[in-house]
Amino acid sequence: MSKAHTLALFNDFEAAGRALQELKASNLPGFRMDDVLIKSPIEHPELSEMLGSRPVYVQLYTMAGAVLGSTIGFTLIASAQANFLQQIRGGRPIVPIPPDMVLTYELFILIGVLMTVVGCFIAWKLPGNRSPLYNTRISEDKIGILVKADPLVIPKVNGIFERHQPLEIMGEKGR
Amino acid sequence: MIQATDEKDIEIERRFVPKAKDINDEIAWAQINKDVLRSMERPRLMYWVIFLASLALFGFGVYCEIYQYQNGMGAADLNNPQVWGWYIATFIFWIGMSHSGTLLSAILHIMHADWRKPIYRFAEAMTTFSLMTAGLFVLVHLGRVWEFYYVVAYPNERWAWPNFNSPLVWDATAIGTYLTSSIVFLYFGMIPDLAICRDNAKGVRKKFYWLLSLGWQGTDRQWANFRVAYLTVACFLIPLAVSVHSIVATDFAVSQQPGWHITSFPPYFVAGALYSGCAAIITLFIVLRYVFRFEEYMTMPILDKTCRLTFAIAMVWTYLNLVEYASVWYGDDPVAKQTLLFRATGDYATYWWAMNFLGSVVPFALAFKSLRNNIPVMLVVSLLLNLGMWLERFMIVTPTFAHGYYPWTWTDHWMPNWVQYGIVAGSFGWFSMLFMLFCKIFPTVSMYEVKEMVYHRFVARKARA
Repeated sequence: MSKAHTLALFNDFEAAGRALQELKASNLPGFRMDDVLIKSPIEHPELSEMLGSRPVYVQLYTMAGAVLGSTIGFTLIASAQANFLQQIRGGRPIVPIPPDMVLTYELFILIGVLMTVVGCFIAWKLPGNRSPLYNTRISEDKIGILVKADPLVIPKVNGIFERHQPLEIMGEKGR
Repeated sequence: MIQATDEKDIEIERRFVPKAKDINDEIAWAQINKDVLRSMERPRLMYWVIFLASLALFGFGVYCEIYQYQNGMGAADLNNPQVWGWYIATFIFWIGMSHSGTLLSAILHIMHADWRKPIYRFAEAMTTFSLMTAGLFVLVHLGRVWEFYYVVAYPNERWAWPNFNSPLVWDATAIGTYLTSSIVFLYFGMIPDLAICRDNAKGVRKKFYWLLSLGWQGTDRQWANFRVAYLTVACFLIPLAVSVHSIVATDFAVSQQPGWHITSFPPYFVAGALYSGCAAIITLFIVLRYVFRFEEYMTMPILDKTCRLTFAIAMVWTYLNLVEYASVWYGDDPVAKQTLLFRATGDYATYWWAMNFLGSVVPFALAFKSLRNNIPVMLVVSLLLNLGMWLERFMIVTPTFAHGYYPWTWTDHWMPNWVQYGIVAGSFGWFSMLFMLFCKIFPTVSMYEVKEMVYHRFVARKARA
């Protein structure tokens, strides 16, 4: 069965928190806490904790970027220097390690930074991810709770929301 | 007993926790959006005065550059041994300016210094535009601009043979990395604010912000990933910033020129960079506060903290400056010692004493609260500090070339001609023009971070009550 969305807008974090607690305790069939999203103008870790564990994997991209950057950096420089085999080096090393560390270090940082940001964009599921319901007041000062559930459950979810004085409840068009 | 401990805590808090609030923590979140967005639409008339003056200055700089390009480097009075002139001194100055953004946004972010939140955005923008300006000087001083790629760590397949062991090649790579990372850091940290702009804009501007905000909706997943990524990039930026100016210092320190071959040059350069950057932050703080009516966000307690930070860094720089003199004076290179004496007593003595006075004595004005709270005084002091730091770079480059190892190369009276003056002035125009444009298009006060600041204080106040 296809899922439907509903978004409730609250005036503050306390009201949104109470609504979330009731949602969590409700055990409604066709509804999972994993399908709940909080939308807020600032980060609110305490509220996010109510949704359960949602691991962040950005660090893995950072790690991959840092390793990749160092490897690419050193390999590129060393392979370019290997061309010096065609030149007379007067006994000096063909691939001098200490000076090469500087450029390796710069590439380690550059690719580490880029991969971190790319990792974050991937976690946001860009560019395709557009949450279906949004209210511009969220970027101002309101807190939204977006629920994805079976269409039959949505009225019950809205009922829970209504018990906590939401400013507005938005549904998808045609539903 | 418990009561006694509480009273003791309250007493300690009363004595040591600053009473002045960084910003008004009762301000409504919607008001923050409104104030910042309004500032972008309707700045004071002074905005246009500064912008047009910058544009004119930049135009003159472009004219000078074209003149130099068409007539050769001799037209700028550059010849052996004065091959760098003011260009490299100004290049170091602009690279230095860029460090303050990293200090304010990355270092203070990691240290959870809340007071940085209303002002770090423009410091980051300053970093980016300073680096872009510095990069121009690399091209300007080359003469053969079309061969700039020789300084890049370029593969040997085209037989360009860059010297991978040269600090000049490291420098180009480090600056390229720093510029890229700074742009990424600036843009990435701005995404939540760009979404606010998107939600409030109309027409073409709405499309522009829609594109840049990347579909940001402030979901818990977005925030969680954003926080980790932002902190990680901040952690990368700190060693990067240190490495950039260390490498610039290495350009000098590994050479054989008298007065440059000093071990303490890298930390000396980094301290100088932070110093001039902080002084520039004070200048821009005062300008933006007035031009964009940010009195409620760029407050006097924040200016006070920035000034105190600048004073601390000024003292570090003063110490390292003395270390540099001592290294030369007690070192084993009589020519380096002669060059130092030449700086203090020769044709450039006025500039040398001015540099020491402006760099080491004038910052003591920052030690007095009454002066720190006086905006016109702080504007003048910050400009003087920046002049002192520019003179520092000038004193590193010019007198050394003017009074090197070979007496027959001495050019003791050398000063640049109008072409160099024009290009250097043009760089200030270019920087100010870009900076002012940025401030008009993008929010210079981080709205979401100011909201966080207000919210955390609200929670703390509530807990205390």
